[in-house]
Amino acid sequence: MILTRTARALLIAFTLCCSFVASAEVTVPPLVGRVTDQTATLTPEQKATLEQTLQAFEAKKGSQIAVLIIPSTAPETIEQYALRVAEQWKLGRKKVDDGAVLVVAKTDRALRIEVGYGLEGALNDATSKRIISEIITPRFKQGDFYGGITAGVEQIIRVIDGEPLPAADRKLTGSNLNVQQYIPVIFILALVIGSVLRAIVGRFPSAILTGGAVAIVGWLFAGALSFALGAGVIALLFTLLGGMGGGMGGYGMGGRQGGSGGGFSGGGGGFGGGGASGRW
Amino acid sequence: MHKLWVTTVALIMLGLGGCGYNTFQSNDEQIKASWSEVLNQYQRRADLVPNLVNTVKGYAAHEKDVLLGVTNARAKVGSIQATPDLINNPDAFAKFQSAQGELSGALSRLLVVSENYPQLKADANFRDLQAQLEGTENRITVARNRYIQSVQAYNITVRSFPSNLTAMVFGYKAKANFTVQNENEIAKPPTVNFDSPSSKPQSEAQGATK
Repeated sequence: MILTRTARALLIAFTLCCSFVASAEVTVPPLVGRVTDQTATLTPEQKATLEQTLQAFEAKKGSQIAVLIIPSTAPETIEQYALRVAEQWKLGRKKVDDGAVLVVAKTDRALRIEVGYGLEGALNDATSKRIISEIITPRFKQGDFYGGITAGVEQIIRVIDGEPLPAADRKLTGSNLNVQQYIPVIFILALVIGSVLRAIVGRFPSAILTGGAVAIVGWLFAGALSFALGAGVIALLFTLLGGMGGGMGGYGMGGRQGGSGGGFSGGGGGFGGGGASGRW
Repeated sequence: MHKLWVTTVALIMLGLGGCGYNTFQSNDEQIKASWSEVLNQYQRRADLVPNLVNTVKGYAAHEKDVLLGVTNARAKVGSIQATPDLINNPDAFAKFQSAQGELSGALSRLLVVSENYPQLKADANFRDLQAQLEGTENRITVARNRYIQSVQAYNITVRSFPSNLTAMVFGYKAKANFTVQNENEIAKPPTVNFDSPSSKPQSEAQGATK
């Protein structure tokens, strides 16, 4: 027991060490929108237009593309930093891996297109390099950052559009973070209501009430009626049969939801260092 | 009697789970998978070489030494059987590494030399190949990093308590990881020579990033 505790303390110390080392690098900003500009290069209107282009493309094709503009990636190279961004943001759909990030390090005068596994065929290294050296950097050299980024993004979209990918699914592309947060709440709610009601009004009425409550709560938070009803029925059955089950219903429902979020988050796509870098 | 068996099996399973047996198995699989990815990317680079050499030959045929260096290094890489078992054999692992390192050096010399040929640099085919080579080198770096991380996870399990007891019982040993071949060279500050356009400092710098 003492040894395990020592091991655990060591592990914590090790983790702290790691996080301390990591803090020397430029942190990857949290993913809040498709366009992240830390240098105030783009005007709010330009940013909104670009976001809209990317959002429309995701709705149509399913692929997630994001743009990140930062001052510098030092002490890392742009390749190392871009990969960390890609690994943290997880753009692209899970298993399809169709994400791409355009990272611009403004004072380093360097940029990189980081391409997810699923797009490496269409947006291969040579194509990415051409987009960078023939479309983006000539405009960057003239100081036209917005022009370079939009032209580059449009070309990336054109290239991906020619690639046969699984059809876009609205449910999968949305954020399911919001729902995930409510799972414990629903779980506890179902358990507490179920047991309290069973004590007061008896087994059968309490089951109906709990089922109904879980369904309504599920519907309110998750938005999809069919899943909410399914969860309600499961909660009903479990309260009917015994104590533990309401939570299972809640969990089964919460885990499947996805369509309601308003924010933007990565779909779980994987990256392996594909893409190209360039300087201007 | 039947019940006793079930209990014993359940206890053994629980015991194995508790002392990290399953962790060893999943970590080991993870290492295998990431090693395959390393091999995959090295293979991709090796496949690019003949095309690259032919393209450069078209413009810079008299750079025989450099071209021959790349071809020989490529041949050496091809002669080593790159099997997944390589990770369990330190000698073969070191040999494989040094062959790949040699190819890295030869390729970087080739790219340095190609800087002297504006027509070659303007050739679309060469630019595409160069982009592919850069991308592949980056993928190799990523794959190697992921391999290093998975080996680290495995080795930590091998050496930390209580799973080290399991490792002792089953004979699991810490696995070899990537090392830098020219540690001494990197520790030395690079010497810059302005007298002649030598490719030496460049190749050293390349070695340092590996």
